[in-house]
Amino acid sequence: MRNIWTICRRELYSYFVSPVAWVLLTIFAFLSGLFTYIISASFAQASIESQMRGQSFPMNVNEQVIAPLFSNIAVVGLFLIPLISMRLFAEEKRQGTIELLITSPVHDLEIVIGKWLSAVLMYGSLLVVLLIDYSFLFIYGNPDWKPVATGFLGILLQGACLLALGTFISTLTKNQIVAGAVGFAAALVLWILNWTTSFGNSITVRVLNYLSIVSHMDSFSRGVIDSKDLIYYLSMIFLGLFLTARSLESLRWRA
Amino acid sequence: MIQVENLSKKYARHVAVDNISFSVEKGDIVGFLGPNGAGKTTTMRVLTCFMPPTAGKATVAGFDVFEQSFEVKKRIGYLPETPPLYPEMSVQDYLTFIARLKNVPGDEIKSRTNQVMERCSVADVKSRLISKLSRGYRQRVGLAQAIIHNPDVLILDEPTSGLDPKQITETRDLIKGLSGEHTIILSTHILPEVEAVCRKVIIINRGHLVATDSVEHLKHRGIGNAVQVQVDTAGNGDASTVRQKLEQVPGVSKVVEKVVAEDRLIFEVESLPDRNPRPDVARAIVHAGWNLLELKSTTLSLEEVYLQLTGEAIEPAAVPVNGSIQ
Repeated sequence: MRNIWTICRRELYSYFVSPVAWVLLTIFAFLSGLFTYIISASFAQASIESQMRGQSFPMNVNEQVIAPLFSNIAVVGLFLIPLISMRLFAEEKRQGTIELLITSPVHDLEIVIGKWLSAVLMYGSLLVVLLIDYSFLFIYGNPDWKPVATGFLGILLQGACLLALGTFISTLTKNQIVAGAVGFAAALVLWILNWTTSFGNSITVRVLNYLSIVSHMDSFSRGVIDSKDLIYYLSMIFLGLFLTARSLESLRWRA
Repeated sequence: MIQVENLSKKYARHVAVDNISFSVEKGDIVGFLGPNGAGKTTTMRVLTCFMPPTAGKATVAGFDVFEQSFEVKKRIGYLPETPPLYPEMSVQDYLTFIARLKNVPGDEIKSRTNQVMERCSVADVKSRLISKLSRGYRQRVGLAQAIIHNPDVLILDEPTSGLDPKQITETRDLIKGLSGEHTIILSTHILPEVEAVCRKVIIINRGHLVATDSVEHLKHRGIGNAVQVQVDTAGNGDASTVRQKLEQVPGVSKVVEKVVAEDRLIFEVESLPDRNPRPDVARAIVHAGWNLLELKSTTLSLEEVYLQLTGEAIEPAAVPVNGSIQ
């Protein structure tokens, strides 16, 4: 446990001492702010129009602002996550510091979990920015807080899964660009898998749809924690970390 | 402290280390000598549990490097050929991280860190970023990293490569200062380094063990028996007369003219193994009425050591590979 925290802490140090964290925070703050503004502005316009027409059409901040905002942020996450995970092992391999980690009295799994945890915390710090955006909705409106909480949980879990896969991809190369590009391709494939729903409702389509990463966000952003989504996320995290540990172990046989 | 038995390591295309055995006693300081690509780094990586051996067995402090690697890792300090540094960290933060990683107890981390920074003379740059340090400082931070948890065994892969002469001397002194408390194996391809630092030497070439011996003994096997002589004949005789004279000295096997100018005659005199011809050479020159300007032993290059060692003896496989170094 102590070793995991030791590794995790050093990784966070590297994120925040190097420009990586600050560039990501800036990009994310800009994009999430833009999305929040556009979506809430169009919501405001729609509610003014509906009042002028004298319709008492129910307007719901949760359904019309917060849920779409979460699904947009989930897509932004797909693009930013490979940038967080790509350096985790690739950089250690290039610098030769992997030799230090492997010859230190720590277990492979502690290295893997420590690194992944630092990436999740890094990603979590991006979501803190999102929290600031959302706080405006609470100041000027009166949304239900529960879907916001589950939405955050969902988006964090989705990030944790992609980061676990990204960590694995990072063990395969010593080139960060390659790790980032492959990680991005993997995230993209997981995203577009649910486009197959337009091909009908066969077993294959249903399986592909279940494997698709974004479809699991929907119920979270509506305030529902569905066990099938939770199981999806947790098993993807497990798979990613398992593959990372195996890959790290095989490194010493291949080295 | 370290036992290596019939160790082999094969890569996909070639054999890096082929069936070597040696042992190192507690408190020894051993030089691991060989040209580039001899298998030094591979052997060290096996000993540090970075990679498992293909065949054979190695134990450190009684623990097997493959079966009980966790126990071995606790007892080893390792400086790879490129020091494993994180350029974005400051020296102090880096060493604090290493102390935590190596399970130094929480209340000792600060004092141990300060101690090794003093010891390796990096305390003056402790808040500098590692990326801003010179090669010499980086090497010393690497060394500090290896000793921070006070390991029983220190494994140093080419600790002086890429340093300037002053830094080399400092690093050697530092390593010598560490012997006694630690058992040290250091690899190098520079022979004088072994003479300067180590008491014992293990020579490997192309994955084979060539010799394991004490430095003293190795010297007596004929290494360092070449002598360089500078003579001033003061007009009384020329280069060939001097050469003839030198060749007649008992024990001399070969005389090579190195520089022949009007005022300087320099010869390299090689002698038979186990003979020290220097007194006789000096006497012969003085006796002939010439001036002896300089008489010094020249260091043989590693290639010449190999020629002597392999030429004088035996196929590598026939070397008594199981003997521990005395």
